[in-house]
Amino acid sequence: MTATPEVGPLALRRPAAGDPDAPAAPRTIYRRPALLSTQPTSYCPGCGHGIIHRLVAEVLEEMDVAGRTILVGSVGCSVFAYEYLLLDSVESPHGRAAAVATGVKRVRPDRIVFTYQGDGDLAAIGTAEIVHAAARGERITVIFVNNGIYGMTGGQMAPTTLPGQHTTSSPKGRDVETQGYPLPVTEMLSLLPGVAYAARGSVADAGLIGRTKAMIRRAFDVQVEGHGFAIVEVLSTCPVGWGMTPTEAMDHLAAEVMDAYPGGVFVDRAKGIAPSLPAPSGRPLRASGSEA
Amino acid sequence: MKGNEAIAEAAIAAGCDAYFGYPITPQAELLEWMARRMPEEGRVFVQAESELAAINMALGASAAGARVLVSSSSPGISLMAEAMSYMAGSRLPVVLVNVMRGGPGLGSIGAAQGDYLQATKGHGHGDYRTPVLAPSSIAEAIELVGDAFTLAERYRTPVILLADGILGQAMEPVAPRFRTIARTPADWTLSGAEDRAPRVVKSLHLRPEDLEHHNDTLQAVYADIAAHERRWAGEALEDAEVVLVAYGTAARIARTAVERARDDGLRAGLFRPITLWPFPADELRTAAAGARAVLAVELSAGQLVEDVRLAIEGAVPVFHHGRTGGMVPSPDEVLTATRRAWSVTPMTKEGVR
Repeated sequence: MTATPEVGPLALRRPAAGDPDAPAAPRTIYRRPALLSTQPTSYCPGCGHGIIHRLVAEVLEEMDVAGRTILVGSVGCSVFAYEYLLLDSVESPHGRAAAVATGVKRVRPDRIVFTYQGDGDLAAIGTAEIVHAAARGERITVIFVNNGIYGMTGGQMAPTTLPGQHTTSSPKGRDVETQGYPLPVTEMLSLLPGVAYAARGSVADAGLIGRTKAMIRRAFDVQVEGHGFAIVEVLSTCPVGWGMTPTEAMDHLAAEVMDAYPGGVFVDRAKGIAPSLPAPSGRPLRASGSEA
Repeated sequence: MKGNEAIAEAAIAAGCDAYFGYPITPQAELLEWMARRMPEEGRVFVQAESELAAINMALGASAAGARVLVSSSSPGISLMAEAMSYMAGSRLPVVLVNVMRGGPGLGSIGAAQGDYLQATKGHGHGDYRTPVLAPSSIAEAIELVGDAFTLAERYRTPVILLADGILGQAMEPVAPRFRTIARTPADWTLSGAEDRAPRVVKSLHLRPEDLEHHNDTLQAVYADIAAHERRWAGEALEDAEVVLVAYGTAARIARTAVERARDDGLRAGLFRPITLWPFPADELRTAAAGARAVLAVELSAGQLVEDVRLAIEGAVPVFHHGRTGGMVPSPDEVLTATRRAWSVTPMTKEGVR
């Protein structure tokens, strides 16, 4: 016997009471988090910020801490994060978010404080602020969105731009001889004892987005538990800045970018995950009077 | 007590919740005092990695509702210009102490007043003003620290306390009148949006209409400050033929010069602005109306004198005597300049009074 294929609009089958095939009561599996505003974002098609905003909103809702959370914004495409995430928020000058967050957290230690920064903001102009906030072990969470480019200003080279990558300020491709190498900020910060949690996620596919959400959750839990500084770097896309379609950008992210920036958890000190500082090789340097 | 320490303790007495700083001569004692005293009081002290970070920590703490003090000296103050502009645009109160040293550049660690224009005419970018209070003694510095917090919170603006290396380093016997300063209720501070709409503290207004409206609001605040907060002190002005105008350490030298001039029969007087912005222009014009000369005395190459000229509006000849680089004029040097101003100007309309 062959079933007749249904044509036309799918009708909801309403099984009779007691039908063993009856599905469980309807369950919401996807909705807009209440923390996300309903206004359209200013982000370009294929930009990763929308996904990452949503992950932050979902995590804060699941933790039920939004009412005591303060967002420290930054400068770049994500400058409008406070328009989309319905949280108490403060703007900071370009690169200074980690210092601003330090000020907020020190005077309101019982609040959840996080920064949301791009790679131009955090890894170039804000390098000193992020390194020292991490070194002090400030109990803040940092969401670090790395798309390897200055998106807001039209696609210039960032410290995170891959070697050979074409941007408006590296028109022949990033030449490491004159323009240096990408800065692996999360690896660098991982060596500091004040860093309680450091991880790198990606928005390249649904599975990675799920893992990245777990990293973001852990980075906030670490703050609530008072362990120290927490950072999640999220590898993201900038199709317009990269000169690609959204799908090409996702493919590029999944291949080249994720090869250059390996993902995973670098530090989770409370769980015993912590890289050791590199030791010098060869004959140790000792003062002449000291014991061998 | 050293001036730097007195300023620090006055801030603690006033109810300062948090201090952020970075070492620089000649204000390091202020940071050191706070490093010891703020933790004793259970309050926040952070030695930042730079002046940039210090002022941005202040920005965050202020947005979260804390009463905040930051201090530095000239080169460090330059680094803070960006965030001061943001704080003015975001309407965030903070008190910033500048213990001025010689400039430009790394300059010297001697006392100077070369940051007058920076403090009064626009520290950072954009259309904003900052009230500037200039003490000329340690006792007055203690008084003005409290007033600075009041002004900052009443008008939601950064306030600069402009001192110099001599005031910061000098020790004077003081019977300190440390005061607790009442808090201005605030409905804009960040604490988490529990049971209320989220608040955003920001200076960004991308639509031209919005930014102009915001700037109009700021300008209205500045007009209010200019109308109500001008302060000055006068000595021997009633019959003065030469009015010396000076603030801070320079005013103390000018005072001695005025006394010596009077001993010699030259009727000099001292007009001492205490608020450098708003500058007490009307008051100076009135005070100098009957004089035959006005002499600006400053530890800079001719900055205060610009405001003096603007105030006098050509009614009386204006002269300038300034030393720079940490060099401080002697009272006799200022007396000579006073005599010169007197001798090259015609008698007042009323003749010798």
